[in-house]
Amino acid sequence: MANLLTARRGRLRWDWTDWAAHLYLVLGTLVMFGPVLWLGLSSVKSESGLQAYPPTILPYEQARIDVPERGTLKLFHVTQGEHAGQDLAEVRRLGLQSQLVDPANPGTLIRLPIEARTPVMRLHAAWENFTDLFSQFSFARIVWNSVFITVVATVLTLLVNSMAAFALSKYKFSGRDQVFLLMLATLMIPPTIVLVPNYLIASQLGLTNSPWGVIWPAVATPTGVFLLRQYMLTLPDELLEAARMDHASEWRIYWRIILPLSSPALAVLAIFSVMWRWNEFLWPMVVLSRSESFTLPLALNSFQGELTTQWHFLLAMTVLTLLPVTAIFVVLQRHIAQGIASAGVK
Amino acid sequence: MVKLVAALYAALMNLPERPMKWAQSQLSGGRLGWVFVGPNLAIFAIFTFLPIAFDLHYALTGGTQLLPGDRPYVGAENFASLLDCTDHFDPNSCRRDLFWHGIWNTLAFVGLQVGLMLFFSLLTAIVLNGRIIGRSFFRAAFFYPVLLSPVVVALIWKWILQREGLLNAAMEGVGATPVNWLLDGNWAFFWSVFVSIWAHMGFYTLILLAGLQSIPAEINEASQMDATRPFRHFTRITLPLLMPNVLVVLVLGLIRAVQIFDEVYVLTGGGPGSATTFVVQYIYKTGFADQVRQYGLAAAASLLLASVLLVLTLIQMKGQGGGKQRG
Repeated sequence: MANLLTARRGRLRWDWTDWAAHLYLVLGTLVMFGPVLWLGLSSVKSESGLQAYPPTILPYEQARIDVPERGTLKLFHVTQGEHAGQDLAEVRRLGLQSQLVDPANPGTLIRLPIEARTPVMRLHAAWENFTDLFSQFSFARIVWNSVFITVVATVLTLLVNSMAAFALSKYKFSGRDQVFLLMLATLMIPPTIVLVPNYLIASQLGLTNSPWGVIWPAVATPTGVFLLRQYMLTLPDELLEAARMDHASEWRIYWRIILPLSSPALAVLAIFSVMWRWNEFLWPMVVLSRSESFTLPLALNSFQGELTTQWHFLLAMTVLTLLPVTAIFVVLQRHIAQGIASAGVK
Repeated sequence: MVKLVAALYAALMNLPERPMKWAQSQLSGGRLGWVFVGPNLAIFAIFTFLPIAFDLHYALTGGTQLLPGDRPYVGAENFASLLDCTDHFDPNSCRRDLFWHGIWNTLAFVGLQVGLMLFFSLLTAIVLNGRIIGRSFFRAAFFYPVLLSPVVVALIWKWILQREGLLNAAMEGVGATPVNWLLDGNWAFFWSVFVSIWAHMGFYTLILLAGLQSIPAEINEASQMDATRPFRHFTRITLPLLMPNVLVVLVLGLIRAVQIFDEVYVLTGGGPGSATTFVVQYIYKTGFADQVRQYGLAAAASLLLASVLLVLTLIQMKGQGGGKQRG
């Protein structure tokens, strides 16, 4: 039995290095994923639940009870005095005195010092943190901005980059290699370097405070052109020749033949593009200054600046921001890993 | 629904058919390629090449005007002002003290962050490459933070590190005194390094793991036959074969670390004081966040940063060329 438990892949027993490796990975997973889990648990805590210190792991909130003629009241557990052990509902608090009633006998007021009672807590997921975001702030607008920018920029990126990649892989024209090198060279120019002049250009084109100000500069990506060109080089030229024999126009060859065949590479680029645009921060912050044009990261940033105490909204908003990316990750994990392994080591 | 999207897609993609056919009839041979490459090239020209030229113009002009025509020429004044120090090792003696705080902070950050990140991603990749139960789960767990927005990353940790946060509760739980993590300069700097490693190491782990998995099994088996000790096996066989990937990780990590901004800006705002202010934050602050926008100074600082990045990129290209030769 012991052998059965410790034997791995048929032959080798576990030695201390295997234990150490697994211990490292478990601890590592705790550090890498634990904080995200903590965020998720915290985001469904009520405002009062978040103020508990030390914090509870699961979301609790103070129990409430409907008392006839007195409305919905907070429930307290009495710890001292003649009512010790009873659960009473608090009608009001006056300084250090609390006025409570027995829910079964709401007619008689009971006066107790506040230290003689502790709140009754119960498990409760405060989904209203999420729904209130939409009713109390123009949050739908912000989500729409983010979705619009991400979707439109990704579609345009795929189109523009694949057109360029098609020309660079399937046509011979003078200057082609220079164009390719020039595009690769833009890898060396990170957006942080051209912040000031890009702002000038965006403002001259009337793109400030418009989603197009984020979309247009992002559409031509050197990574995308490179990725797609390398993939299209592997498609046989005979396909094009055959289509030309049938008098297909070059545009038709591009979108009817080359694009469908390049779908694996397009999928990788689409995933990248969605991540880039959804998460982008510095350039949108420069070009979008009005709060109604904010994307989710911008809204989060300004929210954490002005409403430091409203953590219950901030945490819910953070969860909503990471949710789509997490969903994509869960579904497409393998593609993402492969894409990075191939595009990261260019 | 799918059919509708497909029909819409076909209709839209048919639109350029006529103009493209006309272009095809006008251009001989491969010159139609220019039409296909055109949109991409135009966007590059407007948002990348043109800005570089303007960057130089801004760096050489002064004032607070945005329009290039309205800006007076000041020569190297912006650069001189940025570099003006009585003692370059003491930021407080500099005319632009925040810039120099940024430089020294960035240097310290780059050294610490890249070194530690390389160590931990190499360690993780090696562990993941061994006999592991649930390898793909662990790989995913280490990689997941890479996908998160820097703002999300910063807020996750801000929530844990705040005065009444999880970490302080745990500290008090074991009898330690709680610390105001983000209000103490040294701790804030430590957490900047930690959080940026947390957010990015999965990416580098993946690259190194791909490298490890491409080492032929025969080599490892041969070394096992010779009963090579594990440490010797690592330094003499694994590491040399992994060197191209290590170099990629090192240089990509350096290029990114030099530009550190997003997550730290949201986490600490550059503070307390200037303890976590880095060069890119100086550029952003000078050009866009300050009351008086000094575009010239920001552009000059950008160009200084660009020159550092250029050197790093050239090293990377050279390294990758070498990597290819070694197969």
